[in-house]
Amino acid sequence: MAASETQTPATPANAAATSSARARAADFIVKRHYLQWWEALPWVLIIAAYFIFPDRMTFGTQVLIGIMFALSLDLILGYAGIVTLGHALFFGIGAYTVALLTARWGWGEPISSMLIAIVLSAVAGLITGWFLLRYRGLTLLMLTLAAAILVQEAGNYRSDITGGYDGVPGMEIGKLFGIFENDLYGRNYYIYVGVLLFIVWYVLRRIVYSPYGAALTGIRENVRRMYAIGSPVHRRLVTAYTIAAGIAGMAGALFAQSTAYATLGVFDFDNSAKVMVMLILGGTGRLYGAFIGATVYLVLEDDLSKLSPTFWQFGIGLLLVLTVLFARRGLLGLIEDALKYIRRGAKS
Amino acid sequence: MTAALQVEKLNRSFGALPVTRDVDLTLERGARHALIGPNGAGKTTLVNLITGVLKPHSGRVLLNGQDITSTSQTERARRGLARTFQINQLFRGLTVLENIVMAIGERDGENNNLWRPAGAKPSVIEEALDHLESLRLVDDALKLIRELPYGRQRLVEIAIALAQKPRVLLLDEPAAGVPSSESHLILDVVAALDPDIAVLIIEHDMDVVFRFAKEITVLVQGAVFTHGTPEQIMKDEQVRAVYLGEEGHKAGERSHG
Repeated sequence: MAASETQTPATPANAAATSSARARAADFIVKRHYLQWWEALPWVLIIAAYFIFPDRMTFGTQVLIGIMFALSLDLILGYAGIVTLGHALFFGIGAYTVALLTARWGWGEPISSMLIAIVLSAVAGLITGWFLLRYRGLTLLMLTLAAAILVQEAGNYRSDITGGYDGVPGMEIGKLFGIFENDLYGRNYYIYVGVLLFIVWYVLRRIVYSPYGAALTGIRENVRRMYAIGSPVHRRLVTAYTIAAGIAGMAGALFAQSTAYATLGVFDFDNSAKVMVMLILGGTGRLYGAFIGATVYLVLEDDLSKLSPTFWQFGIGLLLVLTVLFARRGLLGLIEDALKYIRRGAKS
Repeated sequence: MTAALQVEKLNRSFGALPVTRDVDLTLERGARHALIGPNGAGKTTLVNLITGVLKPHSGRVLLNGQDITSTSQTERARRGLARTFQINQLFRGLTVLENIVMAIGERDGENNNLWRPAGAKPSVIEEALDHLESLRLVDDALKLIRELPYGRQRLVEIAIALAQKPRVLLLDEPAAGVPSSESHLILDVVAALDPDIAVLIIEHDMDVVFRFAKEITVLVQGAVFTHGTPEQIMKDEQVRAVYLGEEGHKAGERSHG
């Protein structure tokens, strides 16, 4: 029998080599979720920005909200591989929950209204996800796009409630914890949103390094295999979609609170596309791509639009084309490659 | 004793083309059954019907006596039905070890956990490493699938299926695409499978089939042409004509294209 040829005798040397290989492999899996030193960088920078640009915190808050929105997309696009062009739907539901609660029902307390916004957008994610996530690829792309447009048009139809594209008037946002008002420079909100972003990051980080997170990656990598090993694929996707919707709704709620303003424009296709561009620019499927992408995008948008109010999108477009052509893993991938190159150079 | 897997009068067509016609097939517990037939005979389609990738137009599939004809692919896998694919279906961007851990995680419900770190359960990792060790893949445990030679990838296919702890295992050409110098490795693994698992193997290499199988079913143009022990099949003149001869190849090509 040929079997005996491969059954090399288990000499002590062989056994030792195998057990050390086993230990190394187990070690890798066990330690994979450990925090790396560089993961502190975004937080150091976010805190530093507070002291370096004290008069630009209103803009800084928008960057933090952009990061949160992009992070929520990363869970479903970057990890689970769900392609969506309707993520603004949940951002919009979050924003409108806060806007309507505040302006129509006088519920101005920011934290409770944000929590309600999270719940409502998560429920919207659960319901739409349940139906839409049976589809994949282009079909899913069109359906997610359509879902956002449907809700936007419904809002437009009842513009007596929503204020249509002019927005909800008269939002009186309450003080945070009854103490902190949103000052002219937005410093309080910067801290508030920063803390919430940290919580969101922590939760998402737990999820992506959990067995469930691994299963999402498996669905992205090879869905046929996932079915074959008995994975409840649909349930897993709907769960991720619901969580992402809740976080997107949170970002939307914070947007409405920090700007005291919400129009039906939040549901725009532009908004869905923008968050996707941010994420692709930064790099998908690694959490930190959202940080880099949202920051670079929003800073460029801000600076370029001051430089040339009519032509600024050219710069963003150019950057995106360059990213997709030459840095498929986004700016984060570019940084990783550069570090590898430098390290190799240092060795030789 | 109820059969591990029973297929009764299974029918399926793609448009006007019938690809599975009244197929009956029984795998007892611990069976070593080979499914042979010319290209386009509907062998892979039959595997897809049994595992639930495709739905039959009529007929029944029973797993350990239970009718699973209308249950989902996921549920069938959970009840102990595993398969390998003719063309690798692996998580190419993940390590070999992660591929196996994935299968164990879905089997045990580990993957329902959103909060605990993936490496927190030593028993899962140890089991995954045991599977790798039995297929001599431990040294490749931390390599990404896409960095692995094709022959080794084929072994991972089998390792994933074994990590599901199946009661019925369907092997769809496990050594396909592997140079013959390496294919004996894979076939040794197949020969050494747990005797309790019922195994159905699709294979073109007649040496392998006659060495491995206790029973052989010959499929031609979607229907069971004949069925018997290796000795009976070897002696069967019609099988020689249809399967091994020119005629079979022509028939196969016609139904293929």
